[in-house]
Amino acid sequence: MLEVRDLVCRYGKVEALKGISLSVKQGQFVALIGANGAGKSTTLRAISGVLSSAAGQLSFEGQDITRCSAREIIGRGIAHCPEGRRVFPDMTVDENLDMGAYLRPDRAGIEQDRERVFGMFPRLAERRQQVAGTLSGGEQQMLAISRSIMSRPKLMMFDEPSLGLAPNIVEQVFDIIDNIRKSGTTVLMVEQNAYSALEMCDYAYLIEAGVIVLSGTGEELIDNKHIRDAYLGGSGH
Amino acid sequence: MKRYLPWIALIAAASIPLWLHDPYILNAFITTGIFIIAAMSLNLLLGYTGQLNLGQVAFFGIGAYTSALVSLGFDVELIGGIRVVHEPWPVWTGLLIGIVVSAFCGYIVGKLSFRVRGAYFVIVTISFAEVVRLVALNWVELTQGPLALTSIPPVTLGLPGLGYYDFFSKQSYFYLVLGVLAISYIIISRLVNSRTGRAMVALKENESLAVSVGIDVTSYLVLAAVVSAGIAGAAGGLYAHYLKIIDPDVFLFLYTVTMVIMVVTGGKGTLAGPVVGGLIFGFIPVFSRSFVGPELQWIIYGVFMIVIVFVLPEGIVPAIEKWFASKDKSRMPESTQAQVQDAS
Repeated sequence: MLEVRDLVCRYGKVEALKGISLSVKQGQFVALIGANGAGKSTTLRAISGVLSSAAGQLSFEGQDITRCSAREIIGRGIAHCPEGRRVFPDMTVDENLDMGAYLRPDRAGIEQDRERVFGMFPRLAERRQQVAGTLSGGEQQMLAISRSIMSRPKLMMFDEPSLGLAPNIVEQVFDIIDNIRKSGTTVLMVEQNAYSALEMCDYAYLIEAGVIVLSGTGEELIDNKHIRDAYLGGSGH
Repeated sequence: MKRYLPWIALIAAASIPLWLHDPYILNAFITTGIFIIAAMSLNLLLGYTGQLNLGQVAFFGIGAYTSALVSLGFDVELIGGIRVVHEPWPVWTGLLIGIVVSAFCGYIVGKLSFRVRGAYFVIVTISFAEVVRLVALNWVELTQGPLALTSIPPVTLGLPGLGYYDFFSKQSYFYLVLGVLAISYIIISRLVNSRTGRAMVALKENESLAVSVGIDVTSYLVLAAVVSAGIAGAAGGLYAHYLKIIDPDVFLFLYTVTMVIMVVTGGKGTLAGPVVGGLIFGFIPVFSRSFVGPELQWIIYGVFMIVIVFVLPEGIVPAIEKWFASKDKSRMPESTQAQVQDAS
């Protein structure tokens, strides 16, 4: 579905990605793990067209998207749920959802999807008219996920969905992502929380200093010695 | 109630020339009205997209000069011996061409400068205004330079079958300014309440997120710059035909600062903010003049500004809105109030 080949990205003179190749198949759950600053978020930003790549190719559903703008890429069905400030703080929950469907012309379909996400997240339905900045961290993350769903993506990319959330909320968020995958949407997730990510995913890539150093199924990587030592806190798990 | 407030304000404003006959205060209303239009144009950029354009006066001045030159005519020799002669055209065409030329300059500046944001954008816009001022000062053949363009004709409107009506009296000019102000207000309110306006607010609130939901940031910023520059140009045209004389001083940085003060104190990002801020800071010099000397007038102006910024940092209009909202909340039954507290 998504093919990334020899992707190179630079921030000024600093090379953040030094030629990354990975592939995501239809219906798969793929995780991208690695330390802070390894280039995980950069990879997602390059795929979603927010950042332009210096070299390499991106293709989605067999078509070249290397030079597409962020707008075109969303139109083709890739949604990006970025890390950090995840919502529009001064807009209401409803308005945030509208922004997710910004490029869609079909009003009826948008309302249908709105009802669908409110079905998934009753908390948000209760707070429709509330300003998003006043939601709790977990609610904001759920709103961010809902907003991505509103663009009806074929592939959803999550950037650090667990960052800054309380442990019990993290579990909830992972459950939601798992459900999204089960409903047929392909998922590409970036996570620092390596163990949870490897447990959930079908296939995973380990990125270190802008290079993919390992790949394999989730179980394979959990059993890998390098990963156990460097990312899973020794043999404790 | 809130929906009708702009109409009530408009009707109240329209009644002013009926009972106010003091030409000095009417004059103050006209110039204040012109600056309110300019402040509204600045607010579209600063309040709704978050871009601080400290060169807004450039578009004001370009509108003023263009409108004046179109209605006065000119005869200049360009590089290479090409002579451009322009016979005077009716004033209303000058006003329209002034708006178009300003809007076009807004497009160029927007296209070039929205690659940079924040402090760099501010510097680019200040430089642009300064460059335009130097052109107006030094291209003597076209602009008369420091000698100023004089005898700019008043606005006349040809009514079919009824002859000409000219906006020569202060009363009639007041209505002309009020009309342009109302149209600008409607254009801006339509724009910011549309899909486009929501996109502008989104990119102000969180630019990287706006990009990731598919908003083409640069094109919306350029659109805002074009509309903003066009409205500023309209204000400039009104200014030129009212004073009947303009010199390169219309490009002074001071005028941009005046607009920024009006927008920030009134409340940026609100439709009524520039109107409220404009009325206050347009009239402080007028009223203070009647009881203190000129050296104190500007001190009073400064004190007012500092007090407002300290006491109501978000501006007057948002503070009033918040006050009304909190009154509504206290009238709510207790159970919903608990919910509101829980939510925040």
